[in-house]
Amino acid sequence: MSQPFRTPYPGYDVLDKWDSPSFDDQTREVLRARRDPPPRRFLDPNQFALLEALCAVVIPQRRPEPVPIAPFIDAALHAGRGTGTRFATMPPERDAWLRGLEAIDAEARAAFDGRGFCELVRPKQARLLRSIDRGDCRAPEAWQEMPPQKFFRALLLKQIVQIYYSAPAAMSEIGYGGPASPRGYVRLKVGQIDPWEAPFGTWEDQA
Amino acid sequence: MTQDAPRNDRPRAVNGHAPDVFKREGQVPMREYPKNAPVDFVIVGAGCGGSVLAAKLAEAGMSVVLFDAGPFFQPRRDFASDEREQEKLYWLDPRISDGDDPIELGANNSGRAVGGSSVHFQMVSLRFRPEWFKARSKLGYGRDWPVDWREMWRYYDEVEEALKISGPIRYPWGPDRGRYPYREHEVNEAGLVLARGAEALGVDWAPTPLCTVSAPSGKSPPCAYRGMCKIGCSINAKQSMLITYVPRAIKAGAEVRDLAMVGRIETGADGRATGVSYYRDGKWRFQKAENVVAAGYSIETPRLLLNSSTAQHPQGLGNADGLVGRNLMVHANDAVWGEFDEEIRWYKGPPSMATCEHWNYADDDPSKNFDGGYSFMSQGPLPGDFAGTLTSSTGMFGDDLLEAMGRYNRMAGLKMVGESMPQVDNRVTLADETDELGLPRAKVTHSFCDNDRRLQGHGRKFMSRMMRAAGGKNLFETQSTAHLMGGCPMGDDPETSVTDDMGRVWNVDNLWICDGSLMPTGGGVNPAMTILANAARIADRIIDARFD
Ligand SMILES: Cc1cc2nc3c(=O)[nH]c(=O)nc-3n(C[C@H](O)[C@H](O)[C@H](O)COP(=O)(O)OP(=O)(O)OC[C@H]3O[C@@H](n4cnc5c(N)ncnc54)[C@H](O)[C@@H]3O)c2cc1C
Ligand code: SF4
Repeated sequence: MSQPFRTPYPGYDVLDKWDSPSFDDQTREVLRARRDPPPRRFLDPNQFALLEALCAVVIPQRRPEPVPIAPFIDAALHAGRGTGTRFATMPPERDAWLRGLEAIDAEARAAFDGRGFCELVRPKQARLLRSIDRGDCRAPEAWQEMPPQKFFRALLLKQIVQIYYSAPAAMSEIGYGGPASPRGYVRLKVGQIDPWEAPFGTWEDQA
Repeated sequence: MTQDAPRNDRPRAVNGHAPDVFKREGQVPMREYPKNAPVDFVIVGAGCGGSVLAAKLAEAGMSVVLFDAGPFFQPRRDFASDEREQEKLYWLDPRISDGDDPIELGANNSGRAVGGSSVHFQMVSLRFRPEWFKARSKLGYGRDWPVDWREMWRYYDEVEEALKISGPIRYPWGPDRGRYPYREHEVNEAGLVLARGAEALGVDWAPTPLCTVSAPSGKSPPCAYRGMCKIGCSINAKQSMLITYVPRAIKAGAEVRDLAMVGRIETGADGRATGVSYYRDGKWRFQKAENVVAAGYSIETPRLLLNSSTAQHPQGLGNADGLVGRNLMVHANDAVWGEFDEEIRWYKGPPSMATCEHWNYADDDPSKNFDGGYSFMSQGPLPGDFAGTLTSSTGMFGDDLLEAMGRYNRMAGLKMVGESMPQVDNRVTLADETDELGLPRAKVTHSFCDNDRRLQGHGRKFMSRMMRAAGGKNLFETQSTAHLMGGCPMGDDPETSVTDDMGRVWNVDNLWICDGSLMPTGGGVNPAMTILANAARIADRIIDARFD
């Protein structure tokens, strides 16, 4: 099993630059509007709880105020906003999510004596997702022909990580520079960092 | 954004004014044309092809209306440093993607805004290798272009000058091209990884010629190396169509209609085009025209021609031989990623500051087991983009993913732009379902052939060697596609092409195409400069024909 992740950049926070030339008005406006996550409008409470559980397995967050992810997926589904691609093997995005959530719960029940995904402990949830990704399914009828790996990687994982890694907290933990307009960067070479970037990080393999 | 309707919901080029793209607020005057009197040219799509054509025809005194389905942005006010917000630049309406190797659309290859995909393109500005314009007769694969490379070379000069391409004094491959209008950019560390690897393997590399200025130009400041080119340049250093040819077109008297989706090209009893039906501000409308140009790129242009069928053109316009939508091509975008001991910080600077075109020119290398060529560039994906690459290629999640992303600053990558062969079965057709406006959606069918796969395998192997030679560790490979080319190839023979050498659709003499869909082959370089040069050439041909 993998170790809990520790950031190489403790103490760095892109939001410290909020009032600096790295942030322009439109970026501040976008981030401000995202502080209050939109209300749940598309999924029902059980589906939403399942989605939240999935987000927590995909992105384990150990911070006091976790970055909200599920509300933004729900909002995009409510708005009918897609990605521009519908693979011919996949149903339309809304149906794909509804079917995929139901199928993951069905997989949990088939694999763990009738217990739903939300009732499982984290390591079992993760194990279940890995077998779904391998296409190793125990409730194949629940997927109704939708390829499990395609749903898992192209929709579920992709949307979760894209929401998470556009959040300032996630940018900070990987030492990314964050918003950079109008001020960009000056020092582009190895061993050089601008004063408004994260200081050099530390990794266990280099301790 | 807020609870109100987003700001990009209503047309902005109205009442005799267009947004001033160089300001946060403010407008510039714009001429408007009546709908019921025919304009000389209606152009559908304000991307690379459409904008160049509009500017040059308007400057030659013709009346032009340039339509785009997308909004008219003011970068300094509308473009945030935020990957999710900037999804508004893409064509997100679903298309159906089928075939053995279905391609990802949307953000991957399709813009939807005044300026088209150039608003979020990555600015790599390369020329075709001369022989590729006669790939069939000189190199034995693909198709010939109905154009001589020397003519194209002159038009590359023209558009590179107009866009102030910043590039090296001496470019290592191909015939001499003089110096680029602006000096090259300082190469970032991610690019120097490629440089080190190339030197270790004994092949050439070059600072990438880029479509962002290295010194002030007009109202553009120099590139600030903020690295967000793929989500739109908020400071206007990037020379996209939105801030170059579109303002030029407006200044010369063209009208731009933003948020105006053209649903049909209308034709009369004689089979000739009479104008376009378009949806804007809640209503279907009709604009009369002497000539109509489709410039919606390789999916929307075929879709529009197919959606414009009549009793006289039962299979759609220009499609009597069933060629519209066929020979659609992509570039293989396979990549190799590696980890370094030091922090590379690839987010600084445009994403692809160094390039290697070795395999576009190495015909005699004994290891070359494929037709066509490929180039590759250094990489600098934004975090959300890179996380998506990791999860879609490996399925990783949880702490493994957090840990892998925790090495973001120590990563570097090499990614290829690999030629794929034109194949008749790779194509755009109409799906059974319709979009919100009632227009049949596009269905895209795509499969690679054996040659394509050999080329990709060769590229991954070579890039891995180079990555290792540069000091990269824990390498992993990913596969994807980029760019669209073809779909309505031009040619000399009506039986095998959709248009003649100036983009005129065979048998409908006032209907034209001017965008990436004309490309008979894709080459092993990013396509924008070739699309721009070809559009500049077509514009001159139209102007010459008219005033002769
Ligand atoms: C992320 C990304 C990075 C890229 N990077 C590079 C690069 O580094 N170098 C390079 O050379 N190329 C790059 N490209 C490719 C390049 O941007 C395109 O090849 C080029 O823009 C295509 O030009 P075009 O005129 O054919 O179409 P586009 O520029 O896409 O313009 C088509 C326009 O037509 C409009 N339209 C379509 N249908 C209709 C309709 N029915 N009614 C009204 N409007 C319509 C669309 O809204 C769009 O604005 C990149 C592309 C992407 C997506
Ligand atoms: S790196 Fe340069 S071109 Fe790219 S977004 Fe930043 S300023 Fe614009």
